[in-house]
Amino acid sequence: MVVIHINRYKCGYCGACVGVCPSGALELIETWIEVDKNCTGCGICAKVCPVGAIEVKK
Amino acid sequence: MKDSYDVVVVGAGPAGSIAARTAAQKGLDVLLIEKRQEIGDPVRCGEGVKKMSIRRHIEPDYRWICADVKGSRIFSPNGTKVEMSESISGGEVGYVLERKVFDRALAYEAAMAGAEINVKTRATGLVIEDGFVRGVNLMHLGDEYKIRSKIVIGADGVESKVGRWAGIDTSIHLSDIETCAQFLVIGENIDQDYCHFYLGNKIAPAGYIWVFPKGKNQANVGIGILGSKSGKYRAVTLLSDFLKEHMPDAKIIEMVVGGVPVKGTIEKTIANGLMLVGDAARQSDPITGGGIINSMDAGKIAGEVAAKAISAGDVSINALNDYEKRWRATIGREIDNSLMVKNTFVKFTDEDLNSLAYSLKDVNFTSMSLMDLLYALFKANKKLLWDLRYLFKDVVKNEIDFSYRS
Repeated sequence: MVVIHINRYKCGYCGACVGVCPSGALELIETWIEVDKNCTGCGICAKVCPVGAIEVKK
Repeated sequence: MKDSYDVVVVGAGPAGSIAARTAAQKGLDVLLIEKRQEIGDPVRCGEGVKKMSIRRHIEPDYRWICADVKGSRIFSPNGTKVEMSESISGGEVGYVLERKVFDRALAYEAAMAGAEINVKTRATGLVIEDGFVRGVNLMHLGDEYKIRSKIVIGADGVESKVGRWAGIDTSIHLSDIETCAQFLVIGENIDQDYCHFYLGNKIAPAGYIWVFPKGKNQANVGIGILGSKSGKYRAVTLLSDFLKEHMPDAKIIEMVVGGVPVKGTIEKTIANGLMLVGDAARQSDPITGGGIINSMDAGKIAGEVAAKAISAGDVSINALNDYEKRWRATIGREIDNSLMVKNTFVKFTDEDLNSLAYSLKDVNFTSMSLMDLLYALFKANKKLLWDLRYLFKDVVKNEIDFSYRS
C-alpha cells in the first residue's frame, strides 16, 4: 500500500528521495517519482526533500 | 538498438559519457542510455570545477564555460572573510560550467568514439544469470527491451538503482546526503572573478551557501544542508531567505534541486559483470560536494578496466577488482580524507566557525587547495581540529612546503 503522497506541482524531480529510500520503493522517471508497494511510510524521503513535496499519509 | 553489446552504460552524465567514450575508444561495442529526453537537463549541480582537472579529460571549450574564476572567498557566520586566490599561467584557476552544454559535449565525444546513444531510455532492471550481470532490461517510449551485454556500467546518479539490483547496498542515510537547491540569478554587482561560500548553522545547517559567477551579471546561488537537518527548514526556503537578505534585487531565471551523497567511500562498487561510477558509486566529495571530476576519473578507469576484462574474457568480480583498486587509490583516498573533515565540521557551532575564520584573517592564501587551507586552520586551531591530525601526519613527516604565506 502506498503511504506517501508526492505533490507533483512542487516536486523538482531531483531523485534525492530515491537515493535515501531504505527499501528501494521509489523511482525517478524523467519528471516524476513513482512509489511501489515496498514503501513502508518511514518518511525519510519526506525529510530529505529539498522543496518539501512529500507527505506521509496518516 | 541491437540485442547485445560489449558494454551498456546506464546514464549519460559525466561519469557515463566518459566511461562510454573510453570503452568505445578501446574498440568495444558500447550502448549509452539516458532516461531523460535531453542529456544534461535538468542540471543538479553548482557547476564549479578546477581548471587543471578538467583538462585531463577534455579540451576546454568556451561553448560550455560560463566563467573563469581566480579565487574563492569563504565567509563565516559573522562575516569574517577568508580569501584564497591563485594565478596560474594561461589564465584563472577554476571554471563555472554550463552543464547542459558540457554534458552534451561529453556525450558527443562518446558518440564520436563509436558509442551508440539512446535517450528517453530507462533501465528497469538487470539481466542476471548464474550470479553474473549479463545485460539490462530497458524501457524506451513505453516499449520494453532486453539487451544483453558482457558488462554493465551503472552511472545512474544519486537515484541509482543499478547497484541495488545487483545486490550492492547504495542507500544513503540522512546524515550522508546534502539536500540542495539552486537559483540561477541575474543581478547587478555579482563578482564574476570569485566563488563565494557562506557558512553558518542558521543559514545552511551542516552545509553551505554558494554563489558561483556565471558570466554576464549571472550567478548560481545554491545551498546544501545535511539531510538530517532538513525537515523543519527546507533547502529551498533557506535559500530564498538568503537571497532576500543578500541579493534582494536578484531575478531568478532558473530553479533546480538535488541531492549530493556525502557518505564517503562505499564498501563495494563492483559485482560480476558490473561497475558503478560517479554519484551512483557515491564518489562525490563529502566536504565540497563536488563530483564532476571524480565522476570523469572513475568513468575513465571503468572504461579501461571493461576493455581489459572483456579482451581477457573474464568479467568476474576478480577481474573488475582492478577498477575498485584504482579508484580507491586515487579519488577514494581524497574522499575518505574529506569525510574526516566533514565529520569534524558538521559538529561546529557558529562560534567555532567564526573563531576558525578569525584565526586565518591575516593569512594571504595564494593556493586554492583545500588541504592547504585545512593545514593552516589546523596549525592555528589544534585543539578544535585535533580529530584531523591524521590528515596531516604525512604532511608533517615529509615537511611538505605549503604555498601560502602568513
